[in-house]
Amino acid sequence: MLYLLAFLVVVMLIAGIAVILVKDILSAVILTTVISLVVSIIFLFIASPDVAITEAAIGAALTTVVFVIAIKRTRSKETTDKE
Amino acid sequence: MRKVISFLLLAGFVFYFATLTGGLIIPDSSADRNSVGLDILSRSAGETGSANAVTSVVVLYRGFDTLGEVTVLFLAALGVSVFMKSTGEKRKKVLDQSFILKTGSRLLFPLMFLFGMYIIAHGHLSPGGGFPGGVIIATGFFVILLTSESVNFNKTLMSVLEGLAGLSFIGLGVVGLLGPGNSFLQNFLPLGEFNTVFSAGIIPLIYAVVGIKVGAELSSVVYAMKESK
Repeated sequence: MLYLLAFLVVVMLIAGIAVILVKDILSAVILTTVISLVVSIIFLFIASPDVAITEAAIGAALTTVVFVIAIKRTRSKETTDKE
Repeated sequence: MRKVISFLLLAGFVFYFATLTGGLIIPDSSADRNSVGLDILSRSAGETGSANAVTSVVVLYRGFDTLGEVTVLFLAALGVSVFMKSTGEKRKKVLDQSFILKTGSRLLFPLMFLFGMYIIAHGHLSPGGGFPGGVIIATGFFVILLTSESVNFNKTLMSVLEGLAGLSFIGLGVVGLLGPGNSFLQNFLPLGEFNTVFSAGIIPLIYAVVGIKVGAELSSVVYAMKESK
């Protein structure tokens, strides 16, 4: 149990560092989603399923949706400016 | 001058949070703070009839706080709608989605909607509730908005649903205020049989209302962000 939690925390740390290092913005957004998902699994293991569901729904799904729309919109603006 | 002011502000915030979290960083020996949780755990099932203690806290013991949260979300949605005003004209499609993506999203949407409804309706029995269920429904809407060319998204209906849901939340609270309990959000309905769907008085009603409100609001936000100019 403790080892599983430690593994999850390490995955989270790696994803968190990778968010800073990757060049592509979309990859960074997906990596933040990975962090949220791992956090929600950790919440589930420390016996707080309510928070886990909320984190998975808002942190992993809705935040990603908002970021992806924003990236999509800004990218299309950039390409039209270039042309 | 500006540096001095910002330093003072920063020092003020640090002082504020240090006093706020003082008991957390430096552990004090008193067990009084933890007794609240134990007390609620032992009393909530009998008092509220809700099998999920977290829900009983969110909806009844801290119901007014939930009303504040819903208001904050409403203001945020309003801000996004004003900021990203829809132009009305249809944006031309740049991407041509594949057949599999379109069909898959059409298949996925009802399932996501159903799951969100399940989460909302069983908020007082199992983990979940109005907020996560509403967000799941909004995510389902987003899946269908992202893939299909033309969606008949009725913005007026969404606004009406949102307003009615907010009004019913306050109305339920006021009914409790006028009733025998004489307090806002008093549980005025019979508690029913423990651990069944129709139990726990007004908790399922309030969570249904919150779920409808959150779902409609966030769907409108996603729609406004996607369709605005």
